[in-house]
Amino acid sequence: MIIFDFVPIWTLILGLAVFFYVLLDGFDLGVGILYNFAPTSGDRNLLMNSIAPIWDGNETWLVLGGLGLLAAFPLAFAIILPAVYFPILVMLLALIFRGVAFEFRFRDVEHRTFWDHAFGYGSAIATFAQGVVLGAFIQGFQVDGRHFSGSSFDCITPFSLFTGIALLFGYSLLGSGWLILKTEGTLQEGARRQARLCFLGTLAAVGVVSLWTPLVDPDIAQRWFSWPNIAFLAPVPVLTALFGLLEWRAIANPKAELQPFVYAILLFSLSYLGIAISLFPMIVPHHYSLWQAASSPDTQIFLGVGTLFLLPVILVYTGWSYWVFRGKVRADTGYH
Amino acid sequence: MTLDPLVLSRLQFAWVVAWHILLPALTVGLASYIALLEGIWFVTGKDIWFRISGFWTRIFAVAFGMGVVSGVVMPFQFGTNWSRFSDATANIISPMLAYEGLTAFTLEAGFLGVLLFGRHLVPRWAHFASAVLVATGTLFSTFWILVTNSWMQTPGGYKIVNGIFYPTSWSEIVFNASFPYRFMHTVAGFYVTTGFVVLGVAATLLRKGKSREEARLMLSMTLWLLTVLVPLQIFLGDLQGLNTLHHQPAKLAAIEAHWNREARAPLTLFAIPDQQAQTNRNAIEVPLLGSLILTHDINGVVPGLKDFPRQDLAPVIIPFFAFRIMVGIGFVMLALVAAGLWFRLRRRLYDNGLFLKALMWSAPLGFIAVVAGWTTTETGRQPWTVYGVMRTAQSVTPSLTGIDVLISLLGYLAVYCIMFPTGLWFVLRIVRGGVTAEEATPIEAGRPAAPVKPVPAP
Repeated sequence: MIIFDFVPIWTLILGLAVFFYVLLDGFDLGVGILYNFAPTSGDRNLLMNSIAPIWDGNETWLVLGGLGLLAAFPLAFAIILPAVYFPILVMLLALIFRGVAFEFRFRDVEHRTFWDHAFGYGSAIATFAQGVVLGAFIQGFQVDGRHFSGSSFDCITPFSLFTGIALLFGYSLLGSGWLILKTEGTLQEGARRQARLCFLGTLAAVGVVSLWTPLVDPDIAQRWFSWPNIAFLAPVPVLTALFGLLEWRAIANPKAELQPFVYAILLFSLSYLGIAISLFPMIVPHHYSLWQAASSPDTQIFLGVGTLFLLPVILVYTGWSYWVFRGKVRADTGYH
Repeated sequence: MTLDPLVLSRLQFAWVVAWHILLPALTVGLASYIALLEGIWFVTGKDIWFRISGFWTRIFAVAFGMGVVSGVVMPFQFGTNWSRFSDATANIISPMLAYEGLTAFTLEAGFLGVLLFGRHLVPRWAHFASAVLVATGTLFSTFWILVTNSWMQTPGGYKIVNGIFYPTSWSEIVFNASFPYRFMHTVAGFYVTTGFVVLGVAATLLRKGKSREEARLMLSMTLWLLTVLVPLQIFLGDLQGLNTLHHQPAKLAAIEAHWNREARAPLTLFAIPDQQAQTNRNAIEVPLLGSLILTHDINGVVPGLKDFPRQDLAPVIIPFFAFRIMVGIGFVMLALVAAGLWFRLRRRLYDNGLFLKALMWSAPLGFIAVVAGWTTTETGRQPWTVYGVMRTAQSVTPSLTGIDVLISLLGYLAVYCIMFPTGLWFVLRIVRGGVTAEEATPIEAGRPAAPVKPVPAP
């Protein structure tokens, strides 16, 4: 007996958790990627300090997203994770290195260069791996019954490698937007130059993916280009173009400190929405819908009660911690 | 040699979880200890308590950070390597794991920032309250993880439809047969582990003549705590043994390497169990003691491994020895605590060099006991993931090849071999620095260890 359909609620919760993860860890991973290009040790200190108080909170969304998928759509969890075995492995190992580098770099002066690389390369590799996961997910997996039936190397395709590179530009765009907001002077000017490059890269990647997916996947083409969908969905590419233009101008405008970050977030939101529109209602593309992969209603209710109570609490103090650490980051501030 | 993805996946899980469990073993205990120290400081207002709490908070920060990054790995293991287990059991175990994540996120991570960075930013009561909330959070995390583990040991409150578990009663799932005992035994074990770390550090400081006043206070206080906790832990372990006898007889028989069902059974102190021949070699036994300890009755019947089909038996030699290591350490700890009481009565507690040296070297004992105990309970459950219902061999991801898992295992081996020794090295360096007032730390690693100030808004 099902009194109430909890699947839409869990779709929303999980969608939000993954979205928060992509945005929040996205910008701090992006700062980590740009860290590789910071010229001096002092600059690297500033870059690290700009995300030191908040990165671990950001990363916790990854755990909540993973556990949310297991709890709400276990069949999808059991098929997708084996299918992206190696990207997940590489991501986890890179995140470990990057995570401990925050603490170790400051305590272990003798090996500072090593931990610098652990942080910079770790951030870049974790991002690339996430991009590969995204690409593999969009392409879909070989499924037999309730299992992934392909090889662990299937997920490495030209498309997934492309989305891996695309995400490097995307996260770097978010990261440079964050740095424009948090730094000043020459560091901010450098961040603006990087933002420009990352923006062009991101824009190109979004364009290529938007053309590539409908060409490869007739379902996606049907979704976007059939009448009347094309009319309803037209605002997505139109708004993307608009925010792209605003982002380009904000990056070039020395007075705009918050806008580059905000428009980058909006561009990400639209890309995320675009992927969701392409795939809905499938959670394992081509095989299982959200409803088919859902856990039992009892499970969704049992966990839903606590989640709907705790999630707002988490959101409130996440916001509060960003408020506490607001403002420009300076050289004399250490969070360790 | 063929590479078996099942065996390699089990090795990989054992590797990542064995390292991970060391960190909660310390952080659960330390969080409660720090809350206690902060509470005493709040009530008495004596700064020495604040200094000690600050010292342990620095160590806590390193351990907690490593616990988080090694913990992120864990839920993904369920998906990448144990997908059939996840698919079958998610309806039941996923809310437990998700509640662990949510409570950890809410309480531990939320108030950790205040505990670590807010020493001079918030009023005393708020700092004390944060310490209590962080400690509560670690206990909630332990609660949910052990619910999951206990349910796998003694499943209840479920039905199976088409190979998928469905919940029928959440109270029977959460408070399953072995959970209360496992929870008490594990938390006490974490506290004892932390206690011996504190003793070891205090003894090290005393031997070096550093921070003498603080070290004496730590030593004396913790020794009192352990005088209660160690005997209590042995008692709780016995209760869990009775519970295992009742609900998991094959596992108990494996732990004791007991092949034949019999009354008035002996206790095997040492043996080389032979799984093929179903007998023990080189056994050293004490008559009657087995029945007395396991059933609390000299005529009690102890189950034998031959009662069960061969394919349902655990690899006896592993739980047998792991259990003996754990119990042996328990009695070494009891002896140390008794010696401490003796020296205290003779007022030689702080200057007996040999005793202090023994305490110093016993600092890692609790960790070894925790890993041994965990090995006992997990290998003792084999060949099942859900005891008596779902086999480990049916739980592994079907798409994996041996090479896949070999690559990932090597990756985890390499990264953990760098990360954990480095973390330990940092903790040892904090210990060598001694208990210092936070402000007085001049330069640590080339940067001022000033308390954190939020950046003023522009």
